[in-house]
Amino acid sequence: MTAAMTEKSDVRQGTLALMVLKTLELLGPQHGWGIARRIEQISGDLLAVNQGTLYPLLLKLEHEGVIASQWGISDNNRRARFYRLTAAGRKQLRAETSDWQQTAAIIARFFRVKAEDLP
Amino acid sequence: MSFLRRFLLRLSNFATRRSADRRLREEMAEHLALQTEENLRSGLAPAEARRLARLKLGSTEAIREDHRAEQSLPLLEHLAQDLRFAARLLRRSPGFSLIVIAVMALGVGATAAIYSVINATLLHPLPYPRPGELVEVEASLPGVGARNVGVSIPELRDLQNSGIFQNVALSFAGPSILTGGSQPVRIASKSVTPSYFAVLGVGAQLGRTFDPRDPTPGFNLEIVISDGLWKRAFGADPRILGKQVRLDNDLFRIVGVMPPGFRDVGQTAGERGTEEWSACGFFGAPAPPPMRGTRLPFEAIARLQPGVSPQAAQGHLDALVASLRQQYPADYPPAAAWTLHLASMAETLVGNARSSLLLLFGAVALVLLISCVNAANLLLARASARGREIAVRQALGAARLRLVRQLLSESLLLFVLGGIAGFAVLFGARRILLQFVPPDLPRLTDPAISWGVLAFALAVSVAAGTIFGLAPAWLASRLDLTEALRQEGRGSLGSRRRARLRHALVIGELALSLTLLVAAGLLLRSFWALYQVQLGFTPTRVAIVKSSLPNPNDPQTDRYRTATQEGVLLRAVLARIRTIPGVEEAAVSDEAAIPLGHAPSERRMIPLVLESQQSRSRQPPLIATLIVSPEYFHLLGMPLQRGRLFVDQDLEPTPPVAVINQAAAATYWPHQDPLGKRVHLLGRLGRQQPGWTTIVGIIANARTESLADAGMPQMYLDIYQRPFKFLAFYLRGKVDPAAIADQARAQIQTVDPQLPVSPAEALNDVLSASLSVRRFSLELVAIFAAIALLLAALGIYGTISFLVGEQSREIAIRLALGASRGTILGMVLRQGLTLAGAGAAAGLAGGLVVAHLMASLLFGVSPHDPATFAGVTLVLASAALAASYVPALRAMRTDPMAILRAE
Repeated sequence: MTAAMTEKSDVRQGTLALMVLKTLELLGPQHGWGIARRIEQISGDLLAVNQGTLYPLLLKLEHEGVIASQWGISDNNRRARFYRLTAAGRKQLRAETSDWQQTAAIIARFFRVKAEDLP
Repeated sequence: MSFLRRFLLRLSNFATRRSADRRLREEMAEHLALQTEENLRSGLAPAEARRLARLKLGSTEAIREDHRAEQSLPLLEHLAQDLRFAARLLRRSPGFSLIVIAVMALGVGATAAIYSVINATLLHPLPYPRPGELVEVEASLPGVGARNVGVSIPELRDLQNSGIFQNVALSFAGPSILTGGSQPVRIASKSVTPSYFAVLGVGAQLGRTFDPRDPTPGFNLEIVISDGLWKRAFGADPRILGKQVRLDNDLFRIVGVMPPGFRDVGQTAGERGTEEWSACGFFGAPAPPPMRGTRLPFEAIARLQPGVSPQAAQGHLDALVASLRQQYPADYPPAAAWTLHLASMAETLVGNARSSLLLLFGAVALVLLISCVNAANLLLARASARGREIAVRQALGAARLRLVRQLLSESLLLFVLGGIAGFAVLFGARRILLQFVPPDLPRLTDPAISWGVLAFALAVSVAAGTIFGLAPAWLASRLDLTEALRQEGRGSLGSRRRARLRHALVIGELALSLTLLVAAGLLLRSFWALYQVQLGFTPTRVAIVKSSLPNPNDPQTDRYRTATQEGVLLRAVLARIRTIPGVEEAAVSDEAAIPLGHAPSERRMIPLVLESQQSRSRQPPLIATLIVSPEYFHLLGMPLQRGRLFVDQDLEPTPPVAVINQAAAATYWPHQDPLGKRVHLLGRLGRQQPGWTTIVGIIANARTESLADAGMPQMYLDIYQRPFKFLAFYLRGKVDPAAIADQARAQIQTVDPQLPVSPAEALNDVLSASLSVRRFSLELVAIFAAIALLLAALGIYGTISFLVGEQSREIAIRLALGASRGTILGMVLRQGLTLAGAGAAAGLAGGLVVAHLMASLLFGVSPHDPATFAGVTLVLASAALAASYVPALRAMRTDPMAILRAE
């Protein structure tokens, strides 16, 4: 109802947004269901329920200018809204990918360390 | 960047109400179709396939809501929604809305009106560039108790070369005579050093002002004229520059015309309306030789170097004074303690009107506060009436914050509408209202109802709406649901809390209005006391006509140079105006002797050297000096106490004589007989008058300088011994000022057609005009107090009516059980009086504080005058009683059966 209730935790929102961008980079223009299915296939239960939460996120990304959308015709000849990555989106994806990898590497190293390894 | 882009897009979506909802629904339908197809492919039954697809998608309503929130700005969206809803509600109860709007319009309108006056006086007194740099330089001799003694030309040069100032200027105001038109006219003029306009920082609209480095010692025969004079006397002639005009018989050349809005600085309305400026070096003829000890009794103004604070400048100036005193010990005797003080021009201009203006602002702030409290009270009453609606909405799941926001936007809408209405009335009536601002109120720009005032009015309404809407909204939303729904709010916890707040608000209103009533009462008493004072002179049946003699730059060309020459003219004029029908007596004096006809800065203060204390090094005290003809005292009914008045034998060749008032006798000759004592008087421009002046008479004190001050030392000189250029003729008898002006003009101009004659004024009007600023604040405070009383009465009426409504069942039961109707009446009235008593107690305390703050504005009445306090309390109590009486009557007439059956 209010803005405070709709915002998911930052990490999850950020992760989902990154997945959307990566999906669009890999597969090219996709409609909402296509993106949702792809994310479900790869991430398992992150989008098993509440696939609909994807749509407000798509609108937000569109407002930010990293994706663009237009009506098109789907594989089974139906009208569908297709989303594609913009140039700005490609740039952001690259930046965020390297950010993410760096963070992941640091966290991974952090978890590998055992007590006896410490001087 | 992307955040900004998103925000702007959402804002524009909000503004254009573009919705993405249809697109979303289409997308979701498509999504469901695709998912269902896939589910079918995996072998599910159609119904099950559809159900699972919907499950997977999640709640479409929630998604739509999120999507919508993302599309636009939810906060603004809710606000717009609330405002729309509020507007609908207000339209539904127009009576209530109109009352709240009217109450707020009154409060905000009055506040905005006073703000526009304050804005033109206290906040922006100087319409010149960088006004903070403008200062007045005041030379004083604290050692001998002399203030504002003026500066000499060598001192002026020292100031100019000190590096503290960009420019320093001297100015001397006085009327001059413009001839050449159909009638000689007197215009407000100023002789100024050529640096004058450079100090003010204002240029001409046509031509130029003076060259600040002009080295001409005396008058350089260049003048600058005002836009008004240019249009009036010269028909806005575009080829005016270089034109020669005759002023006081001298030919001057017009070099510039000032812009239309330009007003000069000055303590008096006359000086601020200066229409002609002539440049003068003040160190060659006709001015005295530039000696260090020859102080010119002129105003010195200066513009500080940019970035130098007044404090720092004062520090530099003190150092300069110290070194000059060391360098010229003969001119600056240590006992006189010569000092120079810098005063901010803005402050000296507003001067003693500051306290009156602040009082007005305080009064109007109280009125605003009372209207806010009143409006809050009305909102609260309404919230009680809407208890059921609010309870229902809460029961349906509306969050409390959302409800508060809804109620708050209602009050905000009402307050802002009220503010706009108040401003609109003010704007519509601005011409009428501006007439009430007295010309003596020190200002260089007229109060304008401008965008700034509108912004002020809106800001005040929004602030008031937020502050005073919050409490009612908070309390209204705080309901015990089950109770409220069952009992419609009656007797529930929330309603009791609201009742307590309502009582507090009414008590506050009563207290505030009593405080204002105290202020108004004290001002009224002061005003009355001023009217009742023993004037010491008789102002009735006296008309005054002003004229002046030309004051040419070269004294040799002056036809009225000596007292004997001027005496011939004056006797001839007096003889002629005595022949006007109805005139019984006539007299003449210099303008500064018109009783109460001048500002304190226009008093002629002359250094007085007593024979007994004569010592060259001592700086003499200053005494107010009035130059009058022998008939003056009898015409104004000023009685002689001892000695003699002036007689026809007091002439130029005979020894000069003076008459003093009792205050002067007590000040300068305590325990002595002043009669026969001799004094030295210094003349204008420091020229010593030859010989001694002998005191020949003592008259009773009269309030001719100030109504509030009877004891000011005064010295009268004989106009036939000491000629003066700026004249006032007095005509006593059955005279109508409007009719007499032409007759007096004709008579005066038969003697000399070159003399200008001003319209006649009744002395009573002069007297009343001297009270204009006082009257202005009295009238406004009285109006504000009346409004406050009215609002407070309305508040108490509303509260008592409400109480009666709430207690109707109780009253009905009492009546049914046999209570007399008188008991019921008494019971309700007692409730009103209890509120009034609490309000009065708080208000009297507030009144005492306010009375102390305004003590300097009072005259002849103590700040805690018991009669005033008792009187206004009585007024408040009667108003409260009257306001409670109507609902009390209604309660008394209750039909118990009707009420009890309705339950």
